[in-house]
Amino acid sequence: MLGIEPLTAEEITFLLDQSKPFQEIQKHPLKKLATLRGKTVALAFFEPSTRTRISFATAASRLGADAMNLQAESSSLKKGESLLDTIRTLDAMKPDCLVMRHSASGAPHFVARRLPLAVINAGDGTHEHPSQGLLDALTIRDGCGTLAGLNVTILGDILHSRVARSDIYLLSKFGCRLTLCGPPMWVPREFESLGAPGSSIRRVARIEEALEGADVIVTLRVQTERLHEPALSLDEYILRYQLTPERLRRARPGALVLHPGPMIRGLEIDPAVADGPQSCVLEQVTNGLAVRMALLFLLIGTGGEATAAKDSTHAAD
Amino acid sequence: MRVVEKSQLMSATEIERTLGRLAHEIVERSGGTSNLALIGVRRRGVPLANRIADEMRRIDPHEVPLGTLDITLYRDDLSLVAAQPVLQSSEIEFPVDDKDLVLVDDVLYTGRTIRAAMNGLFDLGRPKRVRLCVLIDRGHRELPIEASFIGRTVQTTDAEIVEVRLNEIDHEERVMLVERVT
Repeated sequence: MLGIEPLTAEEITFLLDQSKPFQEIQKHPLKKLATLRGKTVALAFFEPSTRTRISFATAASRLGADAMNLQAESSSLKKGESLLDTIRTLDAMKPDCLVMRHSASGAPHFVARRLPLAVINAGDGTHEHPSQGLLDALTIRDGCGTLAGLNVTILGDILHSRVARSDIYLLSKFGCRLTLCGPPMWVPREFESLGAPGSSIRRVARIEEALEGADVIVTLRVQTERLHEPALSLDEYILRYQLTPERLRRARPGALVLHPGPMIRGLEIDPAVADGPQSCVLEQVTNGLAVRMALLFLLIGTGGEATAAKDSTHAAD
Repeated sequence: MRVVEKSQLMSATEIERTLGRLAHEIVERSGGTSNLALIGVRRRGVPLANRIADEMRRIDPHEVPLGTLDITLYRDDLSLVAAQPVLQSSEIEFPVDDKDLVLVDDVLYTGRTIRAAMNGLFDLGRPKRVRLCVLIDRGHRELPIEASFIGRTVQTTDAEIVEVRLNEIDHEERVMLVERVT
């Protein structure tokens, strides 16, 4: 499971459908299954991550699998070991699958090509974050009843966002009309041709216009250290691009507000919106568990090769 | 592998009569339906539980809660399965705590499905009692599991398969004994 881009709409629908039973399990008094008992999931996060790592670790544990945790900060990479050697060492401990995050785009693909191990991309550089794309899609499908033909607005630093890319790849396959809005440096023209063939992606400079008629709004995190790139002051960003209750009124009534986290209240999003009735932020977290349980189950749950997942690995190569 | 049909074990009418009798037995041996709930095991236990519930409504107007259980995640043979099983949702909308539950399935064979179903149930709470109702008991148990309500007991060999075909799923209505031929 390396990315959303090579998947078809049918495969994505299958993955979302298979996440449904795991959504229910989050409501059970006893949430632990023994389905993956005896299996080991290696978590290799070469970039700081809290929520995605905890989500994958919890997903593994709720399925009865054990998680093997590589701490990037204290790992041998700091001592100069190559990525491949680190992964080979992990692989020699015989995990059943590898969940990997890396700051270099394509790093999980590099590993998947060289080792006969099931690899789940948990975010690679500015490329893709497929499990986030799937959990966003699940949240949107639950909230809107469908994915087909929605108006989705993505706000913020789209250029550096792997979440934005996975969301764009995914939603454009279902005929969503995408509107990208943010400081011009962060919303390059190339994104208009990023989606599935025939999809509609437009760039809009003014947030008020971008929100007009939106069914879903995905707000991205703004990394303050990157604000020098569009040469914008923090105050100016807030003034021009913050999602406020007034601006949200331009969207369709009841439009969903998503945020992949970590969310900086008062920067990209007004606290009144973040805590408002339209916010799906916490549903996204719960759905993230369901999606990741489904991915682990499909990849290593059965003795046979999980064909759908394997195919997409090759397609990504 | 080829499969040949050997004989018909039950006709549509016989299935209907048997389910009617099972509904009566469940109500009789539970002293009414006030604390009862039925849980159909996917797939063919679901229409069977539905039909038994319909029958019970005729006996006692008290509405018996009905749930469905998908046992895929609780199977003990997943690591041996080659084809990817498709997960379906379990739908149990009522609290199972202190309920008098009757699991409904089509065929009782090794008992492993029922073991899995019970694991699934106990993740939802602590029922007061769990009993099992099956249309066919074909023997060959591998676990200490028996049914409380049995439609018909059938002697079978390991090579034989009991196929319960129901209108809701198979668009025909009968129980067949078939055999694998290699």
